[in-house]
Amino acid sequence: MAATNIETWQSATVEQVVPVADGIARIVLEPSLPLKAEPGSHVDLMVEIDGEPVKRSYSVVESNHDGTRLVISVMKAPLSRGGSTFMHGLVPGQRLEITQPLQNFPLRVGARRYILLAGGIGITAIANMAAVLKRLKADYTLVYVGRSRSAMAYLAELSELHGERLEVHVDDEGSSLSVPALVGRADADTELYMCGPIRLMDAVRRTWVECELDLPNLRYETFGNSGWYDPEEFIVRVPKFDLEVTVPQGRSMLEALEDAGAEMMFDCRKGECGLCEVRITELSGAIDHRDVFYSERQQRLGTKMNCCVSRAVTSPTGSRSDAGAGPAVITIEPN
Amino acid sequence: MTVVATTSSTTNKVLPHPLNAWYVAGWDHEVTRKPMSRRIANRPVALYRTEDGKAVALADACWHRLAPLSMGKTMEKDTIQCPYHGIVYNSAGRCVSMPAQETINPSATVPSFPVVERYRYVWIWMGDPTLADPDLVPDMHQMTSDEWAGDGLTIHAACNFQLVLDNLMDLTHEEFVHSSTIGQEELSESDFVTVREGNKVTVTRWMHNIDAPPFWLKNMRDKFPGFEGKVDRWQIINFEAPSTISIDVGVAKAGTGAPEGDRSQGVNGFVMNTITPETDRSSHYFWAFMRNYALDSQLITTQLRDGVHGVFGEDEEMLMAQQAAIDANPDYEFYNLNIDSGGMWVRRILESMLAAEGRLAASA
Repeated sequence: MAATNIETWQSATVEQVVPVADGIARIVLEPSLPLKAEPGSHVDLMVEIDGEPVKRSYSVVESNHDGTRLVISVMKAPLSRGGSTFMHGLVPGQRLEITQPLQNFPLRVGARRYILLAGGIGITAIANMAAVLKRLKADYTLVYVGRSRSAMAYLAELSELHGERLEVHVDDEGSSLSVPALVGRADADTELYMCGPIRLMDAVRRTWVECELDLPNLRYETFGNSGWYDPEEFIVRVPKFDLEVTVPQGRSMLEALEDAGAEMMFDCRKGECGLCEVRITELSGAIDHRDVFYSERQQRLGTKMNCCVSRAVTSPTGSRSDAGAGPAVITIEPN
Repeated sequence: MTVVATTSSTTNKVLPHPLNAWYVAGWDHEVTRKPMSRRIANRPVALYRTEDGKAVALADACWHRLAPLSMGKTMEKDTIQCPYHGIVYNSAGRCVSMPAQETINPSATVPSFPVVERYRYVWIWMGDPTLADPDLVPDMHQMTSDEWAGDGLTIHAACNFQLVLDNLMDLTHEEFVHSSTIGQEELSESDFVTVREGNKVTVTRWMHNIDAPPFWLKNMRDKFPGFEGKVDRWQIINFEAPSTISIDVGVAKAGTGAPEGDRSQGVNGFVMNTITPETDRSSHYFWAFMRNYALDSQLITTQLRDGVHGVFGEDEEMLMAQQAAIDANPDYEFYNLNIDSGGMWVRRILESMLAAEGRLAASA
């Protein structure tokens, strides 16, 4: 798995765009500098939003053996700024700037047992892993969780490929996943790979720790785009820069501050590294921590946040029922 | 300078190395609880053993700032600690501790390479780990068989690995490079047969009714004290891709039926060679000399090891000079002789492996 993550940009031609579930498009790309995509890899690509190029990351759902054909799948996010809308509007023959496959979520070959857990669009990061484990005749279970069947991409294909190794949980059919039951099936020789909403991943992580399983055997990838609460517009004040900025629903606090001209420190922009940490000096509302950098203890303290992914919400408890009227207001000291 | 092989009508002088293959990372006794670094196929690798004694190979560069893990220390169970900021990894290359924070960054991993311990070596797979089938480890069973005894050493050869393979696939060079030990003129005068089967190549040469050269006369006398007279001598070179060559060598009293299969009146050795590319211009050449007589004699084991070490020193000198001449004459081509048939099959096999990995460039 000697993964190198040098960003090599290239052009790619859109070969096909087809719907594969409610609001999810399957996009087949033909890169000009093909490189085989390892399971767990993703590509960064430039989308156009309001005429401006913006970088987005998408998992590689499948690739042929020499990487001349890469498949990604994109969910049209209602609260997005327009990146997914742009992707859904692609037509065959159109060209995009994309990177060669990048790897932050490598699959280790040789574990005794695997559980793969995909929540919703998270299947895009997991599907290729499942295909490789099937080819290697590994002992694996693919657990696929969704709100409704019509919103779950690739169900038929996965069912055909994985047969009884595929386990499907659908909320609106009353077959929701029991996280304790799932984690209860893991032992010291099991590796669990997951990609999905942060609520699901937090629940698995907490149960994994409670069960005293080795944390390094729990593998996950986060693109930092989901939280415990729906994103709300909020206001951030930075006395140091004499700034008051409104953070819209479809924009991160880091982006909004950058837009306003603040020079911010950051690196991963997905809540992993902790470099974009800011200190909270005043808050009306609550923090929706969406990072994996802080421990639960640190998140509860509420004194710092990773502004690349985490947001402010109006409710003091975070619950809908006591949501406040106005936007949440947060005052910070940046690093 | 990077080595590039092409599909071409001329012979590639040196070759890049296939990555989807097992190479020897080290002797089993070299890999210990104290981490070591070795460059393999152009990549620095940290090698160590877990508390349970299992060999581990990780990329020798910490995820954080690329400090060499081999300068760190092994910790509990299967872990190793980076010497710089104390980040700890397990044998799968996953971070298990980041001392300066309460959580672990999920991206924090270093590449972990599949390893297999077999035939007194630790083998490593540098390519696609999903293809790393332990059944593909080349056969070197004489290294651990009860019927064979012996030992070997490692040569650090300052040349591309293909040049070592060429050297071993055609032994007519013995007459000129090793004239004082195993060389004799009958080598280049005698006929040989080359057979290619899949990823294996065999070159067989028999020399009938000849004088035993000094090395073999000594071995005959170890088994048959006071031996005098002519011998039948054989060399059967067995190549297995990508770079393992075991050579069945020996002499028997002339006319006692060795060519027909009765080697009882002779001495038999296996020269075990396996070459690991270090860089495009250097190789780790692991060898051993195994014998099937006087199995209990450590004296003979040591004498043979030291004797062969001296012989191989002569090869090393030639190979280094050859690589230097290749580099100094980039516009001169290689030409081939009939005696190169074994080495040429090796090149053909390696080129097909490289092509399968998409690493054989089209001819310029």
